[in-house]
Amino acid sequence: MKSNLNAKAYWRANLKYLLILLTVWFIVSFGAGILFKDFLNQFRLGGFKLGFWFAQQGSIYVFVILIFIYIHLMNKLDKKHGYSE
Amino acid sequence: MDVQLWTWILVGLSFALYFGIAIWARASSTKDFYIAGSGVSPLANGMATAADWMSAASFISMAGIISFTGYDGSVYLMGWTGGYVLLALLLAPYLRKFGKFTVPDFIGDRYYSNTARTVAIVCALIVSFTYVAGQMRGVGIVFSQFLQVEITNGVIIGMAVVLVFAFIGGMKGITYTQVAQYCVLIFAFMVPAIFISIQMTGNPIPQIGMGSQLENGTFLLDKLDELHTQLGFKEYTDGSKSTWDVFAITLALMAGTAGLPHVIVRFFTVPRVKDARKSAGYALLLIAVLYTTAPAVSVFARTNLIETVMDKEYSSMPAWFKNWENTGLISWTDKNNDGKIQYSNSDAVNGKPEFKESRGTYGERLISNPTNSKNELYVDRDIMVLANPEIAKLPNWVIALVAAGGLAAALSTAAGLLLVISTSISHDLLKKQLKPNITDKQELLAARISIFLAVIAAGLFGIYPPGFVAAVVALAFGLAAASFFPAIVLGIFDKRMNKEGAISGMIVGISLMLFYMVRYKTGFYGLEPRPESEWWFGTSPEGFGVIAMLLNIIISVTVSRLTAPPPEDVQNIVEDIRIPSGAGKASDH
Repeated sequence: MKSNLNAKAYWRANLKYLLILLTVWFIVSFGAGILFKDFLNQFRLGGFKLGFWFAQQGSIYVFVILIFIYIHLMNKLDKKHGYSE
Repeated sequence: MDVQLWTWILVGLSFALYFGIAIWARASSTKDFYIAGSGVSPLANGMATAADWMSAASFISMAGIISFTGYDGSVYLMGWTGGYVLLALLLAPYLRKFGKFTVPDFIGDRYYSNTARTVAIVCALIVSFTYVAGQMRGVGIVFSQFLQVEITNGVIIGMAVVLVFAFIGGMKGITYTQVAQYCVLIFAFMVPAIFISIQMTGNPIPQIGMGSQLENGTFLLDKLDELHTQLGFKEYTDGSKSTWDVFAITLALMAGTAGLPHVIVRFFTVPRVKDARKSAGYALLLIAVLYTTAPAVSVFARTNLIETVMDKEYSSMPAWFKNWENTGLISWTDKNNDGKIQYSNSDAVNGKPEFKESRGTYGERLISNPTNSKNELYVDRDIMVLANPEIAKLPNWVIALVAAGGLAAALSTAAGLLLVISTSISHDLLKKQLKPNITDKQELLAARISIFLAVIAAGLFGIYPPGFVAAVVALAFGLAAASFFPAIVLGIFDKRMNKEGAISGMIVGISLMLFYMVRYKTGFYGLEPRPESEWWFGTSPEGFGVIAMLLNIIISVTVSRLTAPPPEDVQNIVEDIRIPSGAGKASDH
């Protein structure tokens, strides 16, 4: 029964991480790169219009960072719940 | 040394390396070829996944497409990288924990049904075949371009090479060969990009160079926007697709990426669940190197191309221009008889140029199908990456290096896909369904026979491309998004999902996608595709995977709630794959 509760808590924490990370994933690509591109294009990042930069550069950098944050969070979570091996 | 000699040397050396590795991996893996093995390290697996993933399309075509479509090309950049986030967070760790060989294995077990397994096999074969046919064509084009042989011979050489790899290597051989291929292709992509970035902006990092200033102080992108406006194109940084369509295509490509069987299968080969996560991270990092460089290459190539040709005398064109004209990928028609090249936003020819035997006043090749528009220049998108080093006047060895890189990209992807096709047939179909009693040895033999047949079939598609092949490759993603992606994700995250729901969802999803694709994109022998104005909700066939996927999800959930819940032991499987510890040994298959 105890291991069952542990598994439930682990899964809930996992879902919470997924929700947060996927929200960021959506905002940088579909948000900044597509839906709000025209609005962001009035700002500049060096020679880039900001919306265009998100679509062709920024979103990809964030994707990479997101996966590594996920790896870090999950490794910690595994340890906390005794699932690390 | 001339380009030809350099090409022979570099392609020869890289091939010697691949064969060497394939033979070495073979020698050490005879005993654990098909059974549990020690597994592959996450970094090596990440590199192999990256090489597997980056095909001739990523290497050769993508930067070219972005070059000609500007902002609209972002769909490929975001779609083909963002999918890895979905893969890492929603699929890879759980499928690794599940620990079977293939995607149909997961579907078959999770949905406790051979029907589900069969549907998954059919989907896997449709997706992989549409994809691999395009690859063989790509291999043929690169071989023919650089070894100066006919396209048909190029495809045949490619078939022979892929066969040898697959035969001597198996999954382990292919994995380590792909590690080498990743190194070759990324080096070959980066070197010219860095050279050109320094040349144009003085900054050695292409990702930054793309947003830097030219010698006269204007920003490169502003300059390009200005050139585009001058020639009557939309601004480079502003696309012409509708926002909804960009949204839909990006999402379809992302879900499709995460659902491609030859990508998913990668995550079965690492030792622990932890390593599956890490592999996905490395894979995306290594892929991102190319995907953030490609848009820079597009900008450099576009600017260089326009500046080289705009209102210049045809007779003053450099050698590369005439070489590509000779291969039929560039054409120029002097419509206003001034001997200069006028380039603007309209089609210069109807479809692809059809060349006549004779030459014009300036020695240009005459074509029989020019349009009446002012635009005189036709440039094939696929040549941008290949011609880029020549346009920028880089040394011959760099030009040859690009050939070796293009071949590495096309071959690694073809090999990975063919392996999935053969396991689908030998393992999923034969072992799991038709003849459960065959020995490992027989299964291995069946796998090799099916690779052989698959290569022949893919090669035939490459030699006689039924017009729609090229169009279909991009749609393989829509098919994967419409079929696998929901079935797998729901199988992990929705314990109540049962076989009735998943099967009906997959069938409806893939059928609808196939229907839309035939109706609006490829046509069917004699039947013309319907025009853009009739698209549903203004969605292009490339983006339609999203709608088919949503329908799949809605149907799966509704049907599952109306039918009996899955049996207890299946619910226990779901509980179990959600917990990372205790994963079985990795499979090397």
